[in-house]
Amino acid sequence: MSTRDPSLFAKRKRANAIGLTFSITAMLIGMAFLLWILAILLWNGFSAISPSLFFASTPAPGTDGGGLANAIVGSLMMVFFCAFFSTPIGILAGIYLSEYGENNKFSEVTRFVTDIMLSAPSIVIGLFVYAIIVYNVKHFSGWAGTVALSLIAIPVVVRTTENMLKLVPTTLREAAFALGAPKWKVSMSVVLRAAKSGVITGVLLAIARVSGETAPLLFTALNNQFFSTNMNAPMANLPVVIFQFAMSPYDNWVSLAWGGALLITFTVLGLNILARVLLREKVSV
Amino acid sequence: MTTTMKSMFHSDINQSSAGEGHIAHSTDTTAVNALEIKNLNFFYGSFQGLKNINLNILERRVTAFIGPSGCGKSTLLRTLNRMYDLYPGQRAEGEINFYGENILEKGKDVNLLRSRIGMVFQKPTPFPMSIYENIAFGVRLYERLSKAEMDERVEWALNKAALWTEAKDKLNQSGLSLSGGQQQRLCIARGVAVKPSILLLDEPTSALDPISTAKIEELINELKKDYTIAIVTHNMQQAARVSDFTAYMYLGELIEYGKTDQIFIKPAKKETEDYITGRFG
Amino acid sequence: MEAALSNNAVNPQVLSIARQQRVLDRVFKYSTQFFALSVLLTLLGIIASLIFNAAPALSKFGFGFFTTVEWDIINGEFGGLIAIYGTVITSVIALLIAVPLSFGIAVFLTEMCPQALKRPLGTAVEILAAVPSIIYGMFGLFIFAPLFAKYIQPVLAGTFGQIPGLGIFFSGAFNGIGILCAGLILAMMVLPFIASVMRDVFEIVPPVLKESAYGIGCTTWEVVKNVVLPYTKTGVIGGIMLGLGRALGETMAVTFVIGNAHKISPSLFAPGNSIASTLANEFGEAEVGLHYSSLFALGLALFVITFVVLTLAKIMLMRMEANQGAKT
Repeated sequence: MSTRDPSLFAKRKRANAIGLTFSITAMLIGMAFLLWILAILLWNGFSAISPSLFFASTPAPGTDGGGLANAIVGSLMMVFFCAFFSTPIGILAGIYLSEYGENNKFSEVTRFVTDIMLSAPSIVIGLFVYAIIVYNVKHFSGWAGTVALSLIAIPVVVRTTENMLKLVPTTLREAAFALGAPKWKVSMSVVLRAAKSGVITGVLLAIARVSGETAPLLFTALNNQFFSTNMNAPMANLPVVIFQFAMSPYDNWVSLAWGGALLITFTVLGLNILARVLLREKVSV
Repeated sequence: MTTTMKSMFHSDINQSSAGEGHIAHSTDTTAVNALEIKNLNFFYGSFQGLKNINLNILERRVTAFIGPSGCGKSTLLRTLNRMYDLYPGQRAEGEINFYGENILEKGKDVNLLRSRIGMVFQKPTPFPMSIYENIAFGVRLYERLSKAEMDERVEWALNKAALWTEAKDKLNQSGLSLSGGQQQRLCIARGVAVKPSILLLDEPTSALDPISTAKIEELINELKKDYTIAIVTHNMQQAARVSDFTAYMYLGELIEYGKTDQIFIKPAKKETEDYITGRFG
Repeated sequence: MEAALSNNAVNPQVLSIARQQRVLDRVFKYSTQFFALSVLLTLLGIIASLIFNAAPALSKFGFGFFTTVEWDIINGEFGGLIAIYGTVITSVIALLIAVPLSFGIAVFLTEMCPQALKRPLGTAVEILAAVPSIIYGMFGLFIFAPLFAKYIQPVLAGTFGQIPGLGIFFSGAFNGIGILCAGLILAMMVLPFIASVMRDVFEIVPPVLKESAYGIGCTTWEVVKNVVLPYTKTGVIGGIMLGLGRALGETMAVTFVIGNAHKISPSLFAPGNSIASTLANEFGEAEVGLHYSSLFALGLALFVITFVVLTLAKIMLMRMEANQGAKT
């Protein structure tokens, strides 16, 4: 004499089937978009890949051919200098938060603010750097662009450094202190070293993030039609070139835009994958 | 020990206990106190972890601290090199005289102190560096040695830890490439390399297999010729094997302290006897 | 008799080294603290700079600026509502689509995915989140918008557009680009991000809780609905708000396809503007004066809205962390 109601179970089973089908569908949609976008990128950008892409500079409006050499070099330079400044600043700030910032209000506030800055609209950062640098020196520059990128990269490095340092077991710190080591040596020579690969991962992720940013460069580095390595003047860079060229009526410009998009995407994805591989090695130790 | 020697020592040992303020001493008047602990109280915030500890630790002897979990033996060890300073909210009151200077005094250079009172922890903690660098790290903190002098010191330290033969061909390999027992001996070598007067060992073998444990106990026997050693252990047999003096602690108090044979063969207090015979803990 | 080991007479060289170290320790502490301070100072600097530069426009138009529908560059009349409307509506559309899909993906990754596929698929989702937004913009402009115009807009107009009352939302020419298109592209952008956060949040649920539900015969869906979701409620909301924060500030994905028109119209097919797209399109040429200042006022509005949303998100995530004693 069972009190079980078979129709109740059937209803639940149906709800379950609907829910799970929805989930699988969502996953498939997500994956489909990923593949679609990457495929489009490869399809359109591939035709632009040629030696001239890397060696010729951006063509003037209406002229044929051309490449992205100046934009590539400009982006490389700005990202390089951004990494150059953000890495030490971010790591040292991360060390402070991890090693000195246990119970004080200042650290809590800083952590909170850093997290907010991680997701802050990058175009507003561009506005800010314009207002304090470009407006005052009265010209656009690669340096202004570097500063804008750094303001985006630093919170990333700070957060990952702090998280990685916190993973280092306390006993390791105590062992170093027990030998009579001063705190700065414990932090730099032992703790930071133990968290090395995690910290480098953070730097790589920050670089990947800023490599693809367009908005902060729009009003700081602006763009430059010609090849230039002068950081104190407007500087060509891939994202802004893509932005200008994509919306233009010239075929070769549009083609170059796709080529640039392909380059950026693969750089960003490559750095992300590299960072993940590094981190996996560290965690598996 | 023979019964005659036992009785000779028995009458001469005072037991120290909380509140009575008697200080334990041996009949060997030529031995010097490396550490004199006077009226030591320790607090984790508002919780009192150590209650009025009075104890002398003789130089060049092994003093063991035993007792059930939570009795305060590790806490006591960690006051001796002011390791608790790293954690706000933990504080010690009283006096700990290290060859006459009170290490609990305000303004003491704690880093310098720790280079003179070394510590080895329960879990082996090699630094993420080569074996050579692990040992050189501590030495470089306060001494300026030439490469040749440093090489010599590293070899000497590894020898003292009975690790030289096993490690001499892989000095440039990471410290983490050693086995657990070897890593712990590396940590001992690291501690010994800076030539401290006292070595504090906090359950140094509880994470190791029996063979490594035996090797390290042998080591302790050798090391005590040159160093004062204080060892915390939850393994009573180990305390009986390696130490000259044993202190039994319970709930933050020092219940009994005396020569090891005395404590284990005929303890003066019932609580000590209960613990040693396994009636609790 | 053995000589005492007493070494109170410490080598003077050692003493001077110790003294040096104490100084270096203090230097190190203050320099690291200074760099930590720099992040805080940046935030304050941004707010100050935005207010300072927006002041002329705000003093001329008052706070009504944010509710005025107007953007006349030639005559110097500006109002922020067009851009704010565009920002908000595209983000809302994006979330309406992205949140359910992210939820589905997160459920799949945590409850249904075969073990061997878990890591590669999880990584694939995270990789999608790393694709720069300009790529989504180009994809939207060249591929999605034309397809949207040809196949989807007619269908929408033909179905939802026929329902009385909803018709107005789907009226107008099938141009592809416009508010709805921008919202959809934004959804694609935000989807992997929210999915990752939700997946991370779902993974914190202790297996023993789920097992006890399975143990009494719950179906997978019921476990998710009755065990996982309630447990991770605050975290899920926090994740959604993080996604909202990102969507609000997004520039490139939206600028390509929103149509750059300074008007608000009820139809979702119509072009419009968001704060970010207005700034991207006009700041480069703005003369110092009311136009320039109004753009800063828009930037200020965007920053404040995003800041509030992100703060709420952080509070939610911190609350979840505190309740469960785990980290996101």
